[in-house]
Amino acid sequence: MSDTAVFDEMGWPGETRAPYALVDAWLKSVPHEQLALKRREAEGLFRRIGITFAVYSEGGDPERLIPFDLIPRVLAQAEWQRLKLGLEQRVKALNAFIHDVYHDREILRAGRVPEQLVINNSQFRPEMAGFDLPGHIYSHIAGIDMVRTGPDQYYVLEDNCRTPSGVSYMVENREVMLRLFPDLFRRASVAPVAHYPDELLETLRSVPPPNCRGEPTVVLLTPGIHNSAYYEHAFLADEMGIELVEGEDLLVQGDVCYMRTTRGLARVDVIYRRIDDDYIDPLVFNPNSMLGVPGLYFAYRAGNVNLTNAIGAGIADDKAVYIHVPEMVRFYLGEEPLLSNVPTWDCRLPEDLKYVLAHLDELVVKAVHGSGGYGMLVGPHATQAQLAEFAALLRARPHDYIAQPTLALSTVPTFVENGIAPRHVDLRPFVLSGGDRIRIVPGGLTRVALREGSLVVNSSQGGGTKDTWVLEG
Amino acid sequence: MHLTIHHGTLYRYGEAANRVFQALRLWPIPGGGQVIRDWRVEIDGRKLRPTCRDGFGNPAATHVIDGPVASLSIVVHAEVDTQDRHGVLGDAVESLPPLFYLNSTELTAIDPALQALADAQRDTSGGEIAQLHRLCDSVRERVEYRSDSTHVTTSAAEALAHGAGVCQDHAHVLIATARALGFPARYVSGYLCASADGAAASHAWAEIHVSKLGWVGFDATNRICPDERYVRVAVGRDYRDAAPVRGVRHGGLAETLEVRVRIGEGQ
Repeated sequence: MSDTAVFDEMGWPGETRAPYALVDAWLKSVPHEQLALKRREAEGLFRRIGITFAVYSEGGDPERLIPFDLIPRVLAQAEWQRLKLGLEQRVKALNAFIHDVYHDREILRAGRVPEQLVINNSQFRPEMAGFDLPGHIYSHIAGIDMVRTGPDQYYVLEDNCRTPSGVSYMVENREVMLRLFPDLFRRASVAPVAHYPDELLETLRSVPPPNCRGEPTVVLLTPGIHNSAYYEHAFLADEMGIELVEGEDLLVQGDVCYMRTTRGLARVDVIYRRIDDDYIDPLVFNPNSMLGVPGLYFAYRAGNVNLTNAIGAGIADDKAVYIHVPEMVRFYLGEEPLLSNVPTWDCRLPEDLKYVLAHLDELVVKAVHGSGGYGMLVGPHATQAQLAEFAALLRARPHDYIAQPTLALSTVPTFVENGIAPRHVDLRPFVLSGGDRIRIVPGGLTRVALREGSLVVNSSQGGGTKDTWVLEG
Repeated sequence: MHLTIHHGTLYRYGEAANRVFQALRLWPIPGGGQVIRDWRVEIDGRKLRPTCRDGFGNPAATHVIDGPVASLSIVVHAEVDTQDRHGVLGDAVESLPPLFYLNSTELTAIDPALQALADAQRDTSGGEIAQLHRLCDSVRERVEYRSDSTHVTTSAAEALAHGAGVCQDHAHVLIATARALGFPARYVSGYLCASADGAAASHAWAEIHVSKLGWVGFDATNRICPDERYVRVAVGRDYRDAAPVRGVRHGGLAETLEVRVRIGEGQ
């Protein structure tokens, strides 16, 4: 796959593809000096909003802005509809899988997914066994990372079923674009994204715990201001009009969860938690956690509070479990998967490991439990020293790695130092699964690798973002 | 056998605690042929019922006491009819597959000494049960029973290196070595009516999954499979999962414990 031509979504250098007609005309008419000016204006707006991102294990400005590119990424309505159906199908199957592995484990008994891969996985939480959740939903908010290699070729790169972040950029990028280029939006009919927080709140309200009476009270639980995504937590709580709380603001009494307010204790029904499983309750998980709430797990199991996403949802986004998602779609839904997986070598299998070691310079190698682009090797761009280092890692701990072909990720025109040039992108749509239905705001977060030729779009690795347009009608 | 359990625990705080929060696993998990005639748990004289089951199937509840708290009493009073099944569990409904109990934990992590102890019992002559009895004996020989020689966070590796411990440590060492031999193994907390004079205690032992019989109890401390003098309460991968009481508190220095357990036969 690495030797196929790169698909440019605008059609560059050939004929402009239809969805990009307006963007192309705009880029031809607007002087680059004006774009540079607008870019500085955009940066000012982001600074004022306070949207920053703390990057781990890197020096420099801890409150660094993620670079924003002014040129939107555009999808036609028909393209989006196809993606949307595939996303709904995939997330349904993922939720069915998580429910199954914590109940009857039918897919394991049927031998369709290896039992050991699930049961002896560190993401499998025994604390969830035999526990029925409202609507049987575990990953209420899922971020599905997609890449495109051709007009009709999309691949799912990974599923983020725990606490996917980045949706605040999706909303803010649009907000900034609307302010900078109101004319553009008068000429194009772009599906809105500003209502994402409303859709999220409706989703959270649709999964009250069994013992909830009346309209559920929803709060957002954050680890606090030192978390890299704290801005997003504050933003979403504010937009939804719900309380942003930390562990010490909550109290469990008689296996019921309350929040401390100026008027006393108020019962809490649904918690959109942005803290990891290990920190939720020191009485069950990490005993040294200061972030969680003692007893919260028991209130959860007693049916007095619901947590989104559920504890243990991570079993579905393990990079080795990922390999089996198409099989989940067939097993639970009896349908053929609409979205493809990237072909993946599972390094725990001797045959696969052998292939990977022999073709290391062509492949992308990822740590099974890694995220954010850490612990990753892009073979074609790696030095001899990096290749040797990964070969040693693979031989020592094959269970911790998977490998995939280096995909020719699609490109989108991007405003860089020396003008406008194609840069590789991915897409993270956010899929909301409620007790009533699935909601997806059109588009998602487009991440762009700003360095020429780079395929790594993670913001921690020098990636930026773009506004994502889904054209209406 | 009809057993009467009276288990009282008194927590005293050197300096009053502002808040004490506890999760209790003090109610018996179903299975093992025990018939519960009566089972009451009281916190400072107030009755507490289990409100949920955890993932291992253990009934559980939490309680919080807002301070100042100088002391706190937990009393379990129970009447149970038991039978001798030679440790074979048989009838329990399991929420997790046996394979799960091959996973090790911090308290049961393998080290070279534990591995060597396990490797010395690879001889399968006489069948799995005979092999496990030999393992059980070797664990007991290497870890002397000595009260107060370890604490609740002592790992299997530490207990073996120390050469002494209590029933919790015997169970952890047996679990770690059984897993190293490929047997799913788990921790059981409960009660044991140990002698004719009624002297008894909270106790802990292991359950090991064997191919023909399913889960079978092994008490390394006493080198036997549990009989009618044993009452199962909670199970898990290790002590942390099955602990009768796990707590956090704000303030309150130097927690001390007084435990009184009486288990009598008949009434």
